[in-house]
Amino acid sequence: MTCTGWAFLQEAATRFRTRKVSAMTLTTTRPTSTAAPVASKPVRNRRAGVPYAFLAPGLLLFTLFLAAPIVYAGYLSLRKVKVSGLGLGAKSRTEVWAGLSNYTRSMTDPEWLPSVYRILGYGLVVVPLMLGTALLMALLLDAGRTRPALSSFTRISIFLPYAVPAVVASLLWGFLYLPRVSPFVYALDRIGIQAPELLSSSWVLYAVANVAIWGGTGFNMIVIYTALKSVPTSLYESARIDGASELSIAWRIKIPIVMPSLIMTFVFSMIATLQVFAEPITLKPLSNTISFTWTPLMKVYRDAFVRNDIYAAAATSVVIAVATFILSFGFLKLVGRRAFNQED
Amino acid sequence: MTVLAARPGKRKTSKIATTLLLLGAAYCLLPVVWVLIASSKSSGELFSTFTLAPSTHLFDNLADLSNYRDGLYWRWMANTALYAGVGAAVSTFISAMSGYALAKFDFPGKGFVFNVILAGVLVPGVILAIPQYLLLAKVGLTNTYWAVLLPSFISPYGIYLARIFAAAAVPGEILEASRIDGAGDWRTFLRVVLPMMRTGLVTVFLFQFVAIWNNFMLPYIMLGNDRLYPLTVGLNGLLNQGASQPSMYTAVVTGALVSIVPLIALFLTLQRYWQVDLAAGGVKA
Repeated sequence: MTCTGWAFLQEAATRFRTRKVSAMTLTTTRPTSTAAPVASKPVRNRRAGVPYAFLAPGLLLFTLFLAAPIVYAGYLSLRKVKVSGLGLGAKSRTEVWAGLSNYTRSMTDPEWLPSVYRILGYGLVVVPLMLGTALLMALLLDAGRTRPALSSFTRISIFLPYAVPAVVASLLWGFLYLPRVSPFVYALDRIGIQAPELLSSSWVLYAVANVAIWGGTGFNMIVIYTALKSVPTSLYESARIDGASELSIAWRIKIPIVMPSLIMTFVFSMIATLQVFAEPITLKPLSNTISFTWTPLMKVYRDAFVRNDIYAAAATSVVIAVATFILSFGFLKLVGRRAFNQED
Repeated sequence: MTVLAARPGKRKTSKIATTLLLLGAAYCLLPVVWVLIASSKSSGELFSTFTLAPSTHLFDNLADLSNYRDGLYWRWMANTALYAGVGAAVSTFISAMSGYALAKFDFPGKGFVFNVILAGVLVPGVILAIPQYLLLAKVGLTNTYWAVLLPSFISPYGIYLARIFAAAAVPGEILEASRIDGAGDWRTFLRVVLPMMRTGLVTVFLFQFVAIWNNFMLPYIMLGNDRLYPLTVGLNGLLNQGASQPSMYTAVVTGALVSIVPLIALFLTLQRYWQVDLAAGGVKA
């Protein structure tokens, strides 16, 4: 078995799913199957071409719109334009091998490192706050210590921002940040406190982070909440009889059980962080502190479409993609070893 | 569901839990409430009256929005529905086919195909946008509907989910029975497999629908003609205009409100399909 992060994850997921199936037998049509669904026997087929025929459209599109662009970006990142003569006429500009020069050029661009640090800082604010809030809200909902009508109202309200596109979310918050519109500035004004300028250079990172937290918390909360719901309640009942408090049930039982979900939400949030684009682009007209290269992806966009330097843009894209892979696989592998291997 | 939901109701409700949950709800609802109020204000009132005080100009604003460049806004809305609806439907169907093949057949190369698709889940789609643009430019498809539709037809995550749903919902015995009854593979897929995967496929569809509806960078890069824009790119453009022409802000705010209404409606109606177990890849409905 290949020891990729995914393999660990799948194994862990299967294990938790097995546990769940026993709780769900009442709703499934085949109560005898306690094995994980992924393990159900594939049908032996006489005509070998059939599965390939079913896979064909998916694989074709995967090749054209995922694999080919990745390969093409890699290729472009190693090319450059050579201008001969005066650079006039169609034949005077030819594409030649560039080695790693696009990478060095891109990585030594004075705007590159600040955008990387910015995105790291942004990730450090967004990911823990978003997942922490999502986990807290999911646990509060699951503890059932609020009237049912109220908890379904809050669940829907907190999930609602997921339905709002990042552009629209940034637009709404952007207005709410404007001193003349903001109810917070109004309220602070009333009690005589000078409100911070949320779109100024010292606050704008948090202003953008807030939009992402607002948009992402609900979705992650639902993912964690769903995992919590699939645990048989008898587990908690026996813990309660043993005198465990709600807090220690949450800490000792619930959080370990939702660990695989937390890991997945963490990985997806990390990927999302590395590709922040819509929020700062939308807030840009409202704030002059957001530059064209505010995030790495904005730099990619500027290089490709403002400077027409698709080679530098391709090199930067490759760097971001590789970083994403290293971070997500590396993290999955790390937690895979630490957390899941001790499960048995 | 009902069995799982039957929790003892005897425990006391907690004031702290309730307060925290309500605070969370208030934070999440604030911008929605604000846009509802703000779109009732005239452009003069937007920056001069108290931000949470409603006014009476909602219908005027809607009319202004509709009149903006002969109803361009509604065209954006229709484009978005086209991109998200057709894109998600095709992508769901293709995911179902691939997921079914991966779950229910043994064939050489299966492990490899599945691992490649899993790796695809982790590839940030946004990074692909620029090479996708360059490749589509080569075949002359940029600045057309296809430029946004084609890349959205493939969803590695959709295939991954569909594989799990197919494995869980389609018993091998039924496939055998269908074959013994003489149904071809395609017919078995359409008549037997698809209906059994229905619940899971609704989830795949919703995921893709929201992802396409919310997508910004792909259409932003691909499209130059504003008659092809989806709402996100259109609204972004309106906001940019507002920076030099503040009276546009009313249209921006009203447009933002109108744009979230369909998604919120869809989302409230189909709420139960959103109970997603990301780690197990399953849904509970």
